[in-house]
Amino acid sequence: MYSTEIQDFDKTLDLSKVKPYGDTVNDGKVQLSFTLPVPAGPEAIEAAKQLLRSMGMDNPQVVFSRELTPGFTFFNCYGNLQHTVNYCGIHVPKVESTVMDMHGVDDYIREHIGRKLVMAGASTGTDAHTVGIDAIMNMKGYAGHYGLERYEMIEAYNLGSQVTNEELIAKALELKADAILVSQTVTQKDIHIKNCTEFIEMSQAEGIRDRMILVCGGPRISHELAREIGFDAGFGVNTYADDVASYIAQEYVKRKNK
Amino acid sequence: MRESKLGLDFKKVEEARKTAGDIADQVQRFVENYTTVSVERTLCRLLGIDGVNREDIPLPNMVVDALKERGMLADGVLHFLGNALLDTGNTPQQTALEISSGKFDFSRLSPRTTAETARVLEPYINQSVLRIRDKRRSREESIAKLGEGPCPYLYVIVATGNIYEDAIQAQAAARQGADIIAVIRTTGQSLLDYVPYGATTEGFGGTFATQENFRIMRNALDEVGDEVGRYIRLCNYCSGLCMPEIAVMGAFEGLDVMLNDALYGILFRDINMQRTLIDQYFSRIINGFAGVIINTGEDNYLTTADAFEEAHTVLASDFINEQLALIAGLPEEQMGLGHAFEMDPELENAFLFELAQAQLLREIFPKAPLKYMPPTKFMTGNIFKGHIQDALFNIAGIWTGQGIQLLGMPTEAIHTPFMSDRYLSIENARYIFTSFRSIGNEVEFKQDGIIRQRAARVLEDACDLLEKMKEEGLFTAMEKGYFANVRRPKEGGKGLDGVTRKSAVYFNPYIELLKGKK
Repeated sequence: MYSTEIQDFDKTLDLSKVKPYGDTVNDGKVQLSFTLPVPAGPEAIEAAKQLLRSMGMDNPQVVFSRELTPGFTFFNCYGNLQHTVNYCGIHVPKVESTVMDMHGVDDYIREHIGRKLVMAGASTGTDAHTVGIDAIMNMKGYAGHYGLERYEMIEAYNLGSQVTNEELIAKALELKADAILVSQTVTQKDIHIKNCTEFIEMSQAEGIRDRMILVCGGPRISHELAREIGFDAGFGVNTYADDVASYIAQEYVKRKNK
Repeated sequence: MRESKLGLDFKKVEEARKTAGDIADQVQRFVENYTTVSVERTLCRLLGIDGVNREDIPLPNMVVDALKERGMLADGVLHFLGNALLDTGNTPQQTALEISSGKFDFSRLSPRTTAETARVLEPYINQSVLRIRDKRRSREESIAKLGEGPCPYLYVIVATGNIYEDAIQAQAAARQGADIIAVIRTTGQSLLDYVPYGATTEGFGGTFATQENFRIMRNALDEVGDEVGRYIRLCNYCSGLCMPEIAVMGAFEGLDVMLNDALYGILFRDINMQRTLIDQYFSRIINGFAGVIINTGEDNYLTTADAFEEAHTVLASDFINEQLALIAGLPEEQMGLGHAFEMDPELENAFLFELAQAQLLREIFPKAPLKYMPPTKFMTGNIFKGHIQDALFNIAGIWTGQGIQLLGMPTEAIHTPFMSDRYLSIENARYIFTSFRSIGNEVEFKQDGIIRQRAARVLEDACDLLEKMKEEGLFTAMEKGYFANVRRPKEGGKGLDGVTRKSAVYFNPYIELLKGKK
């Protein structure tokens, strides 16, 4: 680790062959921790090192190991990754809208739509977490981003948690909602994907798939995943009410003008 | 005069306590006139009715649903079972089996007085009381024999969905130093109006609470307790629509700690407030008798409301929960009143405010094994910072002498804990608890300093809120969203159709036999 050997790798950055960075370009430094279901000892450490090698790491180091309970050993490791990635060839689908703040969105809706947009949201299925939908919808919002309830030009209905897909769709129809927001926090055994897929199937059956803007969000939701399932957009970590509101307002206008 | 590190005005504390007592009395006057399907199913279980039919419907549900359909629920299941015993000689379990198979002839029943039915059930009732008392004694003996960890107890969760995998995880955690193992329930169980049966290996985000799963986990903890020379407590969730049933199942199987808070269910699970407050009363009577420490869920208020601005709502709710528990005969030593370390880490002096809050709760509820929840709302997925947030939480916990420290995990908001996450969290807590052990006795808070002023402010605000709630009543307060900024209608939510007004012949001798007793 404190080697003074001359390192004979090319230290110039090539975005078509990017490697992890520790303190020198292309050093490939990676940190990793995991547990193996084996007792502690030299064999356990060797096993961890072999795994690191098969992950493509040179110079695998186990810097810490501890038996958590008989037969299970935890490792903290470092290594130099051989693999590279072509950063230039990457294309990630993103929500294509300009993000405005609350006042910006309100002004935009006033100017381009001229009435309040109605939005219904819920944490659906058996998911009892309200934290996601509350962060987006509740007056107070989250991390300094006001929630949709505070927007003058948005009529926001937060139905809370453990709402069935049927209930959410029925309520959206009753409210004549322009958009539906689905929040998913629990993701164990991909329950969020099953649940979202069911929602989309039901919205198609109810004939609202193309009438309303359907978005979903949650810590393990990406725009790409949401699009794959059939939503119009998906909002993952580090997105807030302004992202959601900006998208819905602009998407609404885009559809109206079609 | 009690000593206060915060310079608290204890006259004010006693006023708040009295106001909370008035609020709780109002609730109790309502509760006493009603029963619920889950209270009645609890009585079935106490009389030994257990098992499921071919469609996996629990027999207590078969009995209670049959009475409900026939409009007999208001008389109470004990009245009916006593009546059946007198007329047919059937034990409660035999009657349940007959009802389940459709063979029970309700027209056979002849009218009986409460005295008659009560007398014939006495042996069954006494047996169940003994069964619970024996479990309590055996816990007390184990603790006397093995000893237990110092306070704050280290509390960790297991949540694999598979009870057998949970048992492995729990034993590992105990070896690492955990004092309390909580088996997280599968998402959605709180809304089931029955308790599933048998050992289960599938769940989402947790494991079904069943009596068999309780037994499997209790055995696993007894086994590892002998090995590590420390009694390991088991925690589960006596909440949701089956509150009192789970209380009795826990009492039978030697559970030690139970989440048990109607207010939590109302606010965060949208359970009807009338239903769950009635259920809570009986469940707390059972928990009190069984020697179970209850945990209340005020910490959750701060996941939706701001921890700095709404700190007084947590205190006000703890006051009310204390009074509701006392009405049910649950002693202070079993009240794990909840609060949390949830302030925005970006807030200047946030740690000082947290310290003020934790010390305030400690001084106001001196005998209660306070349940202290770790940061969750501002855990971001940055596990390295998260580990430090948890460290600050642990410092506040040991400094202010909390009862139960729910250990935060660096991977909060990412996944249910891995074995290694639990290890890192326990290591974190043990390091800090050892290193800071006596700090609470050493350090005083500056007169008129930030911490004292903050504590006084929170107490003042809590008093004002309690006064307001006393005027309006708890039901209206919940309708107005005073707690957690969540509004719930009195007639809304789940489970209201399971509430019935008691008739003149209704009787439940357990209230007398268990309440406030050991």
